[in-house]
Amino acid sequence: MTANVLLFWEAASSVAGEVNAFFVCMLILCTVVAVGIASFLIYCAIRYHRKAENELGSQTRYNIPAETLWTVVPFVLFIGMFIWGAKMYFDIVRPPDNTINMYVVAKQWMWKVQHPEGQREINELHIPAGRAVKLTMTSEDVIHSFFVPAFRTKQDVLPGRYTTIWFAAQKPGKYHLFCAQYCGTSHSGMIGWIYVMNPREYQAWLTEGAAEGSLASTGEKYFHQFGCANCHNFTNQGRCPDLRNLYMRPVQLTTGQTVLADDSYIREKLRDPDAQIPWGFASNVMPNFTGIVSEDQIVALISYIKALGPAPGTLEPASPGAAPGPYGAQPAAGATGATKAKSQLETR
Amino acid sequence: MIETAVVQTVKKNYLTEKQGILSWLFSTDHKRIAILYTFSITVFFFLGGFFALMMRLELLSPTSWLVSVGTYNKLFTMHGIIMVWFFLIPSIPGTLGNFLIPMMIGAKDLAFPKLNLLSWYIYMLGGLVTVYALFRGGVDTGWTFYTPFSTSYSTTYVISAAVGILIAGFSSIITGLNFIATIHRMRAPGLTWFRLPIFIWSMYASSMILVLATPVLAITLLMVAVERIFQVGIFDPALGGDPVLFQHMFWFYSHPAVYIMVLPGMAVISEIFPAFSRKPLFGYKAVAFSSIAIAVIGFLVWGHHMFVAGESAYSALAFSFLSYCVAVPSAIKVFNWTATMYKGSVSWDTPMLYAIGFVGLFTIGGMTGLFLAALGFDVHVHDTYFVIAHFHYIMVGGTVMAFLGGVHYWWPKVSGKMYPEGIARLSALVVFLGFNLTFFPQFVLGYLGMPRRYAAYPPEFQMLHVLSTAGASILGVGYVLPLCYLIWAWHYGRDAGPNPWRATGLEWKTESPPPTHNFEVTPIVTAEQPYDYEAMKEELQLV
Repeated sequence: MTANVLLFWEAASSVAGEVNAFFVCMLILCTVVAVGIASFLIYCAIRYHRKAENELGSQTRYNIPAETLWTVVPFVLFIGMFIWGAKMYFDIVRPPDNTINMYVVAKQWMWKVQHPEGQREINELHIPAGRAVKLTMTSEDVIHSFFVPAFRTKQDVLPGRYTTIWFAAQKPGKYHLFCAQYCGTSHSGMIGWIYVMNPREYQAWLTEGAAEGSLASTGEKYFHQFGCANCHNFTNQGRCPDLRNLYMRPVQLTTGQTVLADDSYIREKLRDPDAQIPWGFASNVMPNFTGIVSEDQIVALISYIKALGPAPGTLEPASPGAAPGPYGAQPAAGATGATKAKSQLETR
Repeated sequence: MIETAVVQTVKKNYLTEKQGILSWLFSTDHKRIAILYTFSITVFFFLGGFFALMMRLELLSPTSWLVSVGTYNKLFTMHGIIMVWFFLIPSIPGTLGNFLIPMMIGAKDLAFPKLNLLSWYIYMLGGLVTVYALFRGGVDTGWTFYTPFSTSYSTTYVISAAVGILIAGFSSIITGLNFIATIHRMRAPGLTWFRLPIFIWSMYASSMILVLATPVLAITLLMVAVERIFQVGIFDPALGGDPVLFQHMFWFYSHPAVYIMVLPGMAVISEIFPAFSRKPLFGYKAVAFSSIAIAVIGFLVWGHHMFVAGESAYSALAFSFLSYCVAVPSAIKVFNWTATMYKGSVSWDTPMLYAIGFVGLFTIGGMTGLFLAALGFDVHVHDTYFVIAHFHYIMVGGTVMAFLGGVHYWWPKVSGKMYPEGIARLSALVVFLGFNLTFFPQFVLGYLGMPRRYAAYPPEFQMLHVLSTAGASILGVGYVLPLCYLIWAWHYGRDAGPNPWRATGLEWKTESPPPTHNFEVTPIVTAEQPYDYEAMKEELQLV
């Protein structure tokens, strides 16, 4: 029980303190009101207890000032709660600049995490203390929900689209990760741990097991494996757009609208290529990759495209090896590209 | 004098008018149909309660020990489905509403007596189809049927359960229509809107929601079945659908459905407070209009179930604000009920104990709703036991307490017999204590982060779960007790007489049990206001 009480007040993320403060204030206010109402009920039950079988109460029906008071005062208090709740919400959902960006792919019944540096984890997430971490999440099957009680935040993870969650852990420790949205038989087994580490230990952890290179370099491999590089090459600007400098830039569409080339846009292109065709390009050119490219692979491809841009001055392809050949990259070049992509990720 | 007494005892009432099982199954008498409903919802209540008990036992241990994880998922699903659609929604409208609406407005029956009987048969058919799904192997989607799990992943009897609920929905719609038509067209001469008991106002508001919201549920469940059978992409993104669309449609029905469940509870409480304080309901007009306000604003708050579902921040803002707005009329009601006791002549009879308990529990349920309506706070406690505790304080602490209070209050009218007061007071106390011990620890569990629908959980949550299970066993006793002594009282209780509580209202102006056509002579209402205790003075002096 002592451990529970400690856990209760543990403010393990930058927003948790405010959520606790709101909780305490509401608790005090509501306790005062509830005790007040309960006392009044008990007082009336005793003070006005029926003394004779044929007794009548006072026959008062209305008291307009009192009724106005107990309509207006709650409403004003409610507005206050609404404003505080809304302010807190924007603090919780709006990520700051300079987040470490990771990807989460949920499936029945596990959490798969991909670090930009290439580490992959299942039902575990290692993060540094004091840094804001942003997770871009999707599901391979049903709806899940990423919930870290100690961080006082959660976000549903949906199939077919990306949602994001961010948090800045305050101090090193081990915290529960739960799936909060019922997702089938082993829903209660879809749990894990968040390990918050000292930044230095975290750096050491990163270098420990990065076997396959960065996420962007994995994406580069897929870029060739799935034949993306055949059309989206960097020399032949014909039927397909150049993907350099694309990420997080506005794209003008054939409809005249402009959309932001974010994670969702790039993901959507693989699933439904003929939706939102950029200005100057034809439809029915790109094949549909639904069922061919998995969510994990899409995440890697996005990381690669991200690594190709968009910082000004990085118009050069990320990897000399990736750029030239319309027919695939030389095996040796992958590693160089990956290193460069990694360094670019780190500078952002 | 002796002759009159003999005539009194021979006079037939609705229970003795006809005999035999068929006279019940083909009865179009609203009072008999109310009793048919009482039987059915009691069976469903104890069935749903059994599932709850199994869940509470399973949760005694952090690991899965009593039932398998899959069975646990079916238990909470069936508990939810049975309790929401086959107990809570028809509970007060089907029983007390059916029995009392015609009597309170001085009518012989509802506007459409045959439709009323049909509504019970449809409800039973829906119930049987759902029970069929249960016996075939159950459903594991949760009562919320979230997509794409329900449409593409669950391997259980989703369609049977959905069809059962869909059928029961038609029963709700028919009952709602019948009540609305009756309240508009069948009021006794002189019984204007502002002379109606608040029970009628609240049931009217509840009926409006039944009629307007239930079709949306039918459409939604039909789409789930269509997607499941024909693989048409509506909700599953793998087929080109949108899973959040389901949540919008489901909660567009299911949030108003919360008010379908609680407004009838408020209806009962609004009758008990005046009757046991011998005082008019305080702030009658404010209470009447607050029911209508709840029905209207209740349609505009569904998005608060989706604050973490990927809804845009701006629509979340709007739904949060509207959720605070819908709390205002509930607050008004609580204050007015409380004020009704002030300077009254307060009795401690069982219905009043339930009513006072209702106000306490509904206040806690309502105020924790204020926590949940705060956007930033909801992000943390959404889908945790905090939410479970909150809605059980409203549904069980509110509606079930009100239902039991109402059953005791009108029991003399329905059966003609008094229930045993001592044991009834004791069981009201048992229910109150058992309820709090069951659900209060769940608020703490929720804030600590215990997610809902978990068959197994980390060991640090165990102590609170054990407390909750202990409470549930006490609560179970509190529910079995009334079942026993009310059945006893039906046969052996002392005769109640027409108006044992000396309450106002037309239902107390006729015999107990009432004759088949309720009133020998259609009453004419001349009192300017309802709850007219001035007119009771003469009757009370006779005691």
